[in-house]
Amino acid sequence: MSVSLTINGALRELEVEPRTTLLDALRDEMRLTGTHVGCEHGVCGACTILVDEEPVRACLIFAVQAEGLAITTIEGLAPAPGELSVVQDAFCEMHGMQCGFCTPGMILTAHALLKGNPDPTREEIVTAISANICRCTGYGQIIEAIQLAAQRLAGSNMPEGSL
Amino acid sequence: MKAARFDYHCAGSVAEACQALASHEDARLIAGGQTLVPMMAMRLARPALLVDIARLSELRTIEAHGGELVTGACVRQAQAERDPLVRAHAPLLARALPFVGHAPTRNRGTLGGSIANADPAAEIPLVLVTLSGSVDVRQGDVSAQVAASDLFEGPMMTLLAPTACITAVRFPVWEQQRIGTGFVEVSARQSDYAYVCAAAQVALDADGTVLRCALGIGGATAVPTRLSDVAQALTGRSVTLELARAALAPAIAALDIMVDAHASRDYRRRVALRFAEQALMAACADATAQAAGARS
Repeated sequence: MSVSLTINGALRELEVEPRTTLLDALRDEMRLTGTHVGCEHGVCGACTILVDEEPVRACLIFAVQAEGLAITTIEGLAPAPGELSVVQDAFCEMHGMQCGFCTPGMILTAHALLKGNPDPTREEIVTAISANICRCTGYGQIIEAIQLAAQRLAGSNMPEGSL
Repeated sequence: MKAARFDYHCAGSVAEACQALASHEDARLIAGGQTLVPMMAMRLARPALLVDIARLSELRTIEAHGGELVTGACVRQAQAERDPLVRAHAPLLARALPFVGHAPTRNRGTLGGSIANADPAAEIPLVLVTLSGSVDVRQGDVSAQVAASDLFEGPMMTLLAPTACITAVRFPVWEQQRIGTGFVEVSARQSDYAYVCAAAQVALDADGTVLRCALGIGGATAVPTRLSDVAQALTGRSVTLELARAALAPAIAALDIMVDAHASRDYRRRVALRFAEQALMAACADATAQAAGARS
């Protein structure tokens, strides 16, 4: 089936089997491999992407269902090639990762959280990332990275809600 | 972990969806797909045709009329969670929704999908049964309403035919002023399937007497269980923990409790009793707080 997807602002036309998940379409058809394949049944959060600015599982949507949705992947966060978003930068600085496998999903989840809630409590951060499994860090540095990103966004002179 | 091959049809109307469903022996509806897609990935489900109803705008409305909150079957759980009409008119649903899966699955999962799936641990079916709601169902050219008390037949089983489509979900709106809710749940991890959950909604008068009460248990029994006798026993009374316990003990003792690898029958029964108490007392405290203008 042919499907047109809006990925990181660009319209892409694809030919896929109906059973192709959005995750596989992103990785195999579009070579956007920043979205990671973990459990493939919605538990681990490694494949988290944003649909209309909200986090969803790319493994739990067939690509044909995604026609017309505004999809953001980790590749779409950086403001320019070679740069990092505020959240990405905070994850680097606080070392909010070890192996990095959960990191794209964590960052997109954090991005969506801070967009809707610029000053989250620790508990709100924990709830938000409870849908994403990390097997390395014990989550401590991830939480600190999100707190740092929130602080920096609050101190920046960008209009509220823009990340 | 890839789904078997299937054909996909994006329906343009409910009538068309029903036609497509009837056209193929092994056709299934998909809305949010947050349970169906993993089932397909594990090949526990292998539909030959998926009929997508998620884009039907007539299934995505939320309205309050005729003493009911009526939501389209394809209203996303996250949309309902944020909706002011849901908060105002079906406060127990609003209270329970944060327990449904986690935020990323609520962003796709629908109210009607969770009900059609009929997982005994699912929160939305529990709320529907507790409040004595109903669903609108379309099959072929025929539309009908099915009461929640008749809908659920067993784990993952409803009385609906495979060719039927839930089109709307109806939650009764309580007219009383001081309404409080309580929802308690235990699971292995945050957002995982509930071993036991309990839901309560009460309306109090100015003196704290129960005008109306609804109470239900999920996860512990094959289908969500409404504890009507307990609710009735507490109506017209001022609820204390002792009173709640006395009413609940025989009701919980009489339940046919499920057992699985995660939780024994005794554990589930013990927790069901405590959670029913806690949900009830939380609902009373919530309703009392409303009097002080603390409606959240």
